[in-house]
Amino acid sequence: MKLSSRHLLGLEGVPKKDIDLILDTSVSFREVLDRPIKKVPPLRGKTVVNLFYEPSTRTRISFDLAEKRLSADSISFSASTSSVKKGESLKDTVRNIEAMKIDMVVVRHKSPGAPYYLTQCLEANIINAGDGPHEHPTQGLLDIFTMRQKYGKIKGLRVLLVGDIKHSRVARSNIWGLKTLGASVAICGPTTLLPYEAEKMGVDVYTHIDEALEGVDVVNILRIQLERQQAGLFPSQREYTNLFGISKERLHRLNKNYTIMHPGPMNRGVEISNDVADSPQSVILDQVTNGQAVRMSVLYLLSGVDDREATSE
Amino acid sequence: MNKAEKREIMDGRKMSRAITRVAHEILERNGGAESLVIIGILTRGAVLAGKLAKIIKDIEGEEVKVGLMDINLYRDDVNFNPDQPVVRATDILFDVNDKNLILVDDVLFTGRTIRAALSQIIDFGRPKTVQLAVMVDRGHRQLPIRADYVGKNIPTAFEDSVRVYFEENDDVDEVVLYPASDKKTTAKKSTGGNKK
Repeated sequence: MKLSSRHLLGLEGVPKKDIDLILDTSVSFREVLDRPIKKVPPLRGKTVVNLFYEPSTRTRISFDLAEKRLSADSISFSASTSSVKKGESLKDTVRNIEAMKIDMVVVRHKSPGAPYYLTQCLEANIINAGDGPHEHPTQGLLDIFTMRQKYGKIKGLRVLLVGDIKHSRVARSNIWGLKTLGASVAICGPTTLLPYEAEKMGVDVYTHIDEALEGVDVVNILRIQLERQQAGLFPSQREYTNLFGISKERLHRLNKNYTIMHPGPMNRGVEISNDVADSPQSVILDQVTNGQAVRMSVLYLLSGVDDREATSE
Repeated sequence: MNKAEKREIMDGRKMSRAITRVAHEILERNGGAESLVIIGILTRGAVLAGKLAKIIKDIEGEEVKVGLMDINLYRDDVNFNPDQPVVRATDILFDVNDKNLILVDDVLFTGRTIRAALSQIIDFGRPKTVQLAVMVDRGHRQLPIRADYVGKNIPTAFEDSVRVYFEENDDVDEVVLYPASDKKTTAKKSTGGNKK
């Protein structure tokens, strides 16, 4: 069994059997995290570089730990403390790094398509850890894994994404992955924060939160990007909270078995209230733990795809 | 697989007698069930582990803890095998420290699976002893490994294939030898992940 691509650039167009294989393999790696020695040897001798051109805590630590727990040698690089400051181009930076004999590159970049560009100039396996507003496939996978852990399957689930869908790579990866696995997906947010022609992605679009919550199993609350408030996309934080903030009162109409997710970092009291964030239905910290298992699974599976046989994208 | 060429080595009754004998040998060697834990290697070693635990309970009246182990992450051919093995969950929910650990597999062949299992066990703790119980020992070791308890020794050619079937997985209790008269048969087997 192996993946049909040697890179993970996004979840759009990834076949169901690949997503299923990643999720099934993640179950095994999740178990490794409960062992006294949380380390297994399959990537011994492989070198992975984490290229972070944008700030990140969670994703970067998660990838770094995932690599170490697979016994790979990993090195992290952040643009702010490197020769990028001296004006070196992305291509030159990565080709220099590749000349040091590396096997895999995990990349986060502000430009959509940067990971794809790297597949054109490098031999290494490329994993997208977020490219601008485009995709963040491992976050999408870990969200889906967390839902599957709770409900046993994805098919037939009703999932609502709330907030800034337009600028959210997390939302896009969630939508593609969930649709492929047969979930029904809805999005809700202020019109200014919804993508144009969102219906074409096969989702139901709402601008009223109470309507959107009808019959929902999972509510995935996205971070409201406060830095975008300057752009005038919504009038004030308080108005956003009143109209779209998820509070206990809004949720009482849902069936008992609902789930609250958030990819972090949370703005407590803005898009999510304290009591919701800390409620028994919240699986926000499970998402973080599962993220490591999913990333281990992706690294392990990609390392097994040979250059020549795989159908490259 | 061509049915005409297979040879039945053990039927269900022979297997059941051998497993009962192995259970007694384990108890004799370890002076009872008190210090024992059993870990079965997936898939059929796990079935056999369950059977041993049940017989030990019938004899001693004592529940022995049973765990399951997938050894694929510890294989020595991960980087050489073009078809990556599917990794399944390991399930060891107890402390192995200072226990007499009975490692169980269906067929002992090159010894590489057992080598991988031993590496993995050490990451779970430090058992007092590790003892190996197998349904069939078919020879051709490539590593210095031997079994402590053997259901049956079977002389084989290296290219032959030996399969142990359990009713729980395969609807029949049977040990079968597929002789390597046809080279293609063996070639096909080696991609199945279960290189017995």
